[in-house]
Amino acid sequence: MPAPIIKVDAISKSFGTFKVLDGLSMQVMPGEKLALIGPSGSGKTTILRILMTLEKIDGGHIQIDGEQLYHMERNGRLLPADERHLAKMRQKIGMVFQLFNLFPHKCVMDNVTLAPMLTKGVARPAAEKRAMELLDMVGLADKAKAMPAQLSGGQKQRVAIARALALSPKIMLFDEVTSALDPELVEEVLNVMRKLAAETDMTMLLVTHEMGFAHDFADRVLFFDRGRIVEEGKPDEIFRHPKQERTQGFLKKIIAAGHRV
Amino acid sequence: MEWDWNFVREIMPTLIQGVKITILATVLGSVLAAIVGLAIALARRSPNRAVSRSVGWFAEFIRGTPLLVQLYFIFYVLPDFGILLPPLVAGVIGLGLHYGTYTAEVYRAGIDNVPRGQWEAAKACNLSGYNSWTYIILPQAIPPMIPALANYLIAMFKETPLLSAITVLELMNQAKSVANTYYRYIEPMTLVGAFFLVISLCSVVLLRWLEHRYGRIER
Repeated sequence: MPAPIIKVDAISKSFGTFKVLDGLSMQVMPGEKLALIGPSGSGKTTILRILMTLEKIDGGHIQIDGEQLYHMERNGRLLPADERHLAKMRQKIGMVFQLFNLFPHKCVMDNVTLAPMLTKGVARPAAEKRAMELLDMVGLADKAKAMPAQLSGGQKQRVAIARALALSPKIMLFDEVTSALDPELVEEVLNVMRKLAAETDMTMLLVTHEMGFAHDFADRVLFFDRGRIVEEGKPDEIFRHPKQERTQGFLKKIIAAGHRV
Repeated sequence: MEWDWNFVREIMPTLIQGVKITILATVLGSVLAAIVGLAIALARRSPNRAVSRSVGWFAEFIRGTPLLVQLYFIFYVLPDFGILLPPLVAGVIGLGLHYGTYTAEVYRAGIDNVPRGQWEAAKACNLSGYNSWTYIILPQAIPPMIPALANYLIAMFKETPLLSAITVLELMNQAKSVANTYYRYIEPMTLVGAFFLVISLCSVVLLRWLEHRYGRIER
């Protein structure tokens, strides 16, 4: 059995007096597709942001690909990670945001090539060749010269996916990537993610309210509530036969709100 | 007292010499103010408390004291400490420092206006702090603040007559010297006002264009 690529061990995190994560532990196997669901404020987005080093942790340990994320091993002792260590660890991880966060002053092509050129020293021709492949994969090869403001939400999000992929991360984090989209644009983004799941062996963590998509896409579903994982299992188990009362209550509310499971 | 066109013609070359110095002082002062302002804005965001605090106090101190007093200090007091500056250099440093503390606020607002998501995207792309600033944050922060910066440039331009107090031969000083020589004030002072008005009006037109060109950024 291979070692887990992500090992989260007793992570806690508070915003002020609000405890977002309360001794959270989880493991993710290489290539696994994971859906994180739960009510807002349950900590599912926070754990993604912590994995991307956008938030600091208050306690606990995280291992990515066998290495400590927030700590460095020096002479057998664990020290807090410095910026250089964090930068090294971030190479393994890519993230796609709810609000796309494309660089609005750069064209689509530059959005995708900037990071490989700056962080990996890739020459422009090679970076652009790779970017064209990625833009082709997300169906936007013809928009390479467009500015982000000229794109629809769905197109922006597909560029954001290409941008994250350009750094060839082992782990991709998707934070409610369709929540800000008009309903008719959701499917084009989900299609790209299906393709990604089918064609690569990347580990993918997905925070979503699209229960139908989570059901089809994920190998495993984690239900978050109040900073803890209340229930986890195969999509069918969680969505069809939830054991925990809180999971049942949450799914009932989601279905009542009109989401398809 | 009657307006004397012959006198105007006679003093015009001297005044034009003065205008050149006025414009030179404004341009150099603006460049310095733009750099000093950025440096102050960045230093105030430093995670090092000692740096951000002391720079903050320095900026408050400069803003809280008159430019004229600062010019006197730079030109007449610093020589006591062995720092002897030519008048124009002292004047440009005074203007640049003084207005730099104001442009710092413009930079601060411009930088704060860049959404947090841009910082996070830069981090998710693994850009270093330096690269995040130079490729992502400042290119978005600076264009919308160009009109506000240009406003300070015009304000600074109208304050350059203060440099006459430290013997810079700018427009006001030239006008005073011809006026004192011939005991005629009406033509030189009127011309000084006219020069400032014409240049200011041209600058305002330029400013409107800048606002149109850079005032908004599409997301």
